[in-house]
Parts: sequence; structure tokens; C-alpha cells
Amino acid sequence: MPSHTFTVNGETVTVDAPDDLPLLWALRDLLGIRGPKYGCGIDVCKACTSHLDGEAVRPCVVPVAEAAGREVTTVEGLADGDELHPVQEAWLEQDVAQCGYCQPGQIMAAVALLKRTRNPTDADIDEIANVCRCGTYFRIREAIKSAAAKMA
Amino acid sequence: MLVAEELDTPLDRVRVQLDDARPELLFNQLTGSSNSVRSLYDPVRHTAAAARARIVRAAAKQWGLGASNLTVRQGAVVAPDGRTASYGSLSAAAAALDLGSLVVTPKKESEHTLVGKPTSRIDARALVTGRQVFTLDLDVPGAKPCMVRRPPTINGTVKSVNNGAAVRAMPGVLDVITIDTGVAVVAETFGQALDGKEALDVTWGAGTVDALSDGGIKTKLKAATPSLDVLGLLVKKVEGEFDFAFASHAPLETNSAVADVREDRAEVWSGLKSPIVAQAAIAKAVGLPVSKVKVHVVQSGGSFGRRLFYDAALEAAVVSKKSGRPVRLMWSRFDDMRHGRMRPATHHRVRATYEAGQVLTFQHQVAAVETDFRHGLGDAITAAAAGLPSGIGNAILAQTLFLTTVKSPYNFGVTTQTLTEVPIKMHTGSWRSVYSANTRGAEEIIVDELAAKLGKDPVLFRREFLKTARQRAVLDKVTAEGDWGRDLPAGWAQGVAFHDEYKACTACLVEIDATDPKKPRVTKAVIAADVGRVINPRGLEAQLLGGLTDAISTTLRAGLHIDEGLPLEGSYSQFHYARQKDSPRDVNIFVIEGADEPGGAGELGVPAAVGAVANAYARATGTKPRSFPVNFDVDFTPFPR
Ligand code: FES
Ligand code: FES
Repeated sequence: MPSHTFTVNGETVTVDAPDDLPLLWALRDLLGIRGPKYGCGIDVCKACTSHLDGEAVRPCVVPVAEAAGREVTTVEGLADGDELHPVQEAWLEQDVAQCGYCQPGQIMAAVALLKRTRNPTDADIDEIANVCRCGTYFRIREAIKSAAAKMA
Repeated sequence: MLVAEELDTPLDRVRVQLDDARPELLFNQLTGSSNSVRSLYDPVRHTAAAARARIVRAAAKQWGLGASNLTVRQGAVVAPDGRTASYGSLSAAAAALDLGSLVVTPKKESEHTLVGKPTSRIDARALVTGRQVFTLDLDVPGAKPCMVRRPPTINGTVKSVNNGAAVRAMPGVLDVITIDTGVAVVAETFGQALDGKEALDVTWGAGTVDALSDGGIKTKLKAATPSLDVLGLLVKKVEGEFDFAFASHAPLETNSAVADVREDRAEVWSGLKSPIVAQAAIAKAVGLPVSKVKVHVVQSGGSFGRRLFYDAALEAAVVSKKSGRPVRLMWSRFDDMRHGRMRPATHHRVRATYEAGQVLTFQHQVAAVETDFRHGLGDAITAAAAGLPSGIGNAILAQTLFLTTVKSPYNFGVTTQTLTEVPIKMHTGSWRSVYSANTRGAEEIIVDELAAKLGKDPVLFRREFLKTARQRAVLDKVTAEGDWGRDLPAGWAQGVAFHDEYKACTACLVEIDATDPKKPRVTKAVIAADVGRVINPRGLEAQLLGGLTDAISTTLRAGLHIDEGLPLEGSYSQFHYARQKDSPRDVNIFVIEGADEPGGAGELGVPAAVGAVANAYARATGTKPRSFPVNFDVDFTPFPR
């Protein structure tokens, strides 16, 4: 079985898995990293959103082989020890989460957006296509704006 | 919050755990019918007050002082001389005290310092750091991923598996097992279990509704809807016939469970809202006494009624038993949408008659595909079913719930609302607001049309006919805050609606941009609610926000098409639950503090928002919407069955 070496949240890991095993399952089932969630498996719900070399990707459709030699960040890698990322802080302030299942993906999408643009407009925020079945969208919007202000 | 309040202890020192199934609680371990706060408000306060009384008496005994001389502060008992003892240090002594039948009174509500304050979720940090443990995040030693291949139609059966050996030989596949609902593949990773299940070649038997599609269901519903009363030719009336499509619960965490079933005992983990019923069913299925089956309730990734059913837990238990190993079973999204539960489709006939500015009669006949209530509905509803001992039938629960939640808040003369259920063997279930979302939603549309017929403004008309000052106050709040009647561009409009249930009431005002009627967007929402005593306004606002998003989704775009025995929709790219781009950029929610006991609010928000969105759409487009969701084309290529 091929083996794949990459970093996850700053640590180097190696997994033995078929090349085409989606990264999501390598993370969740082989490495026990369970922040990224399954919601559809086909890049629709965006619940699994994580970063590959700093860019938002959906690991449910990224073959594990593609991660080799690269840097994967999941929601677990966002905080610096006990110090939360400003986006996570904003999420707490707005009390965004309801069931919370979509929120790791929402947060990773928001972090990527704020990396691209420091002052996202409403139209930019509209482009985040992550499903929140609990319907927390308005609080997500407010949290992104407040995180942007914090990070300015 | 209630516990912290009674104990005068900081909120972060209170831990709330989800209990395992506890059959001795009979049916009172149930999450549904907006009952949590209503059913727990008094018992929790009394229990916490009793604990506090015991702790204080334990300290009094220890110090040889009168209990009335002691005070409590921040989780400790304080003596007049400044000595303190923490609750923890007193708890053993407190539990051992013989106090006879101690009678305690919880704090007066006017003395509350925490209850009623906007407070954030205590699990928020875990939720934003990815540390919250959902069912499939549990580490149950040896539990292997498992997925099930399901039939091409609802309730189809397995006739034969034609390539079991080949699938067993696939990389990572550990086992292939036939169960009642399909064929399960157990593997090292979910990716491999999924590949295995896709590769299966199964011969299927017929399902229960193979011949049925939307058209046929609609015909049945129409035929079952009682006719409206026969009227004289000169009677003035407003009427409408409405259809609402099936809607998937579609919680973001698909149906899932972990099970470890051995010869002599079983342990199951899942997000469950009716764990006692689940435990009994699992025990029966794996041939163990109930006392040998531990059922752990795990916090779930959404429910909206879905997790009243325990099908994943049952499947996981059966697979674990047959495979002789613990398993983590997960439904694919396709299956969750196509073989999962759904809100039943409904058909409505509504009519109001009027004369000289007065509404004389209001009649609403509803027919619905039967909602499955076999999980029971907990004490709140079942007790209301009046003195019925065991074995309350599905039909009685349905009627009771309908009559409890569907009430007209208006003085509309002789008002009749009836429900006729049509038994069709599909996977239905209570969906947030159960009957009232569609039923009251349709009524609010007729209210607008009635106002127009009488030449009255929709808000003033409602004001005139609402029954109580409390209701009018809620309506007044949204009209003032939402600037009712303000000028909007062509293709835009405001819409308003009202709803009252579970001792709570709410009004919703939205603005919609329907310049392109095929792509409407709700741009703004103003909501006000009076739910009686409020425990946590922040949580309440979250519930109302969720209800709003549900209403926007199911009114404008989200529904399931049934085609020859199966929903066509298989993912969120097809079942159009709202995304960020579909939800308003401006939302204001106002909580009006009521004086009474707390009402239920988990489901309150949907019906008024359905009415408001539909009414805004009607006014913006100059149409009379009758079929929901209003934009419901099959705008996708369905996944293969
Ligand atoms: S699970 Fe990856 S996008 Fe839905
Ligand atoms: S918080 Fe439940 S899905 Fe977003």
C-alpha cells in the first residue's frame, strides 16, 4: 500500500492508504483528526473545509496522494494553544453555533476568506457556500465582520 | 442556567450531561414538541433548590449554627463570621442528611440574576475548536466504519447479494452483511466502506410505494381533504387551495451510530431524542433483555425532529451483532435524503367568509400524508391525549398534536380546522413545527388576501382581529421596528405574519427582493416574540433565527420530489436548503419579556416566517402563491438509484 507523508497542523504524519482515498478519511479514520466533518462527500455541503497550503479545500474530494509533501490545517490547528484565532473568538462573541456540526467548516472558510480580503463585503460573505442546516447564517455574517475588525 | 441560579453558583461550574436511556423515566425522556424548557422549568428549579437547602443545612450542622443565619455565594456557604465551605466539601454530608420530607421553594423570579440574561452556550468553545464529540468522533475501541447500500425505492428489500465475495476482497473491506434495510459493508475507513457499498451488486425486492410519484400523492391528498361547507351564492368569501411538498430534515450530521454488541450485553451511542423507545427496539432486535442494553445519548449535529427515530442505532446494533465486532455506522448524504425521514406533503382548503367588515367564518381542511409518531411524544402531549392508558395510537397523537399547535389567533367567527391523515408507507416524521408550519403558513396567506378584499392594510387588519393585547404588542413591535409600509423599489415588498403556539407568540416581518421571481431573496427580517418568561434570550433568538432560515428555505426553494417511490434529491445541491447567499443580510430579533411561565420556542419561529415570506413574495410579484416551495423545478440531474 502506498504511503503518504505530509504535515497536519504543524506535525509530520505518514499514512498508508490507496492514493485515491479521500483526505477526509485519512484524517478522520487513520489519523483520528475529527474536526473536519462529513456532510456529503461530494464538495457540496463544505462541512469538511480545511486548508491545504493555506487555501480552503474540501478534503472529501482531495485524494490523499495530493496532500503529500504539503501542509494541511484543520480547525484543530487554528488556535495557538489556549489562544483562539480571532475568527474563533468572534464566533464565541456572536454565539454562532447551534448544533455546531457545520461550524469547523464555516470557520475554516471564514479564515480563508479573511486571508484573501481583509475587509470582506456582504457580497464576499455571500460566496461562502457552506451549508448550515441550523440556519445560523446571520450570526456567521456578523462574526466574520467582527473578526475582520479585530484583525484590521 | 436554572441550576446555577438556584444554587448561586457560577454557570461554568455547572455541567449538564446527556443521560443514557433510563426506562424508569417512562416516556418523559424525550426531546420534542418544544417541551424542554416547559417541562423542565419547575422540576429543575425545585431539584436545585432542594440541593441548596440540603447543602446549607449540612453546613449549619457542621458549624452548629442555624441554617437561617447562613448565606451562599459563588458556590460556597458563608457563615456570619466569614467562614466558608464549598458545596463540594459539603455534598456528601448534604446527601446523607435526614430531612424528612423537605419542602423547598425555588427563588422568586424577581430575584433572578442569571436567568433572563443573554448567555452564550456553555459548549461554544468546544464547538469552535473542533473538540466537540459527535457520534462518529467517539473513540470506541475497535469500532470499524460501516455503510449500508440501500434499495432503489423506499422500503425496498434485499433479494440477493450477487457479488458478496468480490466486495469482501476489496481493499480494506472487512465484512458484508445483509440487514432488513439493505446490505452493510464494514471496512477500515469510511472511504473504503463507501467504495464497497457502491460496488455491490444486489437484486432488490419491491418497496412500499414503488408506483407512487408526486402527482399520485397529490391526487390522494386532494381526494382526502374534506370539502368546505356549501355556501349560499351571495356569501362573500376568500379561499385558497394549497400544496406543500415533502421536506427532508437533512441535519448536517447524517444519521449515524456506534454499536458494540456482544453475546451477553450491548452498548450503543447515537444522537437520540427518544432513547427509551430506541433501547427497547434495539434489545428486541439483538435478542437481549433491556437491562443488558446500554444506550448512550450523544449530542447530535442537528435534528429538527429527525432523531426522534433511531434507525441508525438499530442498524448499527444488528450489524455489530452479525459481524461480531463493534461498528461505526454512517448514512451517506444520498441515503439520508432519499431513505431518511421527511415532513409529509400536505394539501389545504382554506376559506373565510365576511360581511360588512366582519369575518363570519374561517374554515381550514388539511390532508397530510400520515406523520409517524411511533416514538411517542412524551408526557406533555400524551397526557393531553386525555386519560388514555398505554397504547395510544398514532392517529390520536396526530390529532392531539394538531389541535394543540394549530389554533387561529384571530377572532374570525366560527373557526374550524381539521386534519385528515392519509396512510402512505413512507418514512415520515415530525419536522420542526410539525403541522403548524404549513397549516398556519397557509392561513396567514389567506389573512393577507382577506385584508386586501376588505380594503385593509395587512397589519391593521391583523391588529383588529387578534385576540389579545399580548399578541398585538408583538405585532406592533415588528411593524414599528421594521418600518412597515416604507417605500421599496419595484419587485420588492414587505410581508408580515403572526403565530401563536405552546403559550408563546411571535410576529415576523420580512422584505424580499423578487425582481427576478425565480430568484427571490429575503433581504431583511424583523422578528418579535413573547414566550412568557425567558430563560436565555440569546438562545431564544438563535431558535427564532433558525426558524426563519427554515421558513425561507421551505417556502422558496427547498423540497423533495417523489418519483416512482424515491425522492429525486440526494444532496444539498438538489435539496435547496438556504445558504448564506439566500439569507437576509439584516436580521433583528426582539424578545418581549412576558410575565408568565415559560412557553415553548423551539418550533415557534417557523409558521410566522413562512407566512411573512409567502406574503412578501405575493406582494412583490403580484401573484397568489399556492404551491410550496414556490420555485421547485427539477433543476438538476438526479443521482443514480
Ligand atoms: S463532506 Fe466535504 S463538502 Fe460535504
Ligand atoms: S450549527 Fe448546526 S449545521 Fe450549522
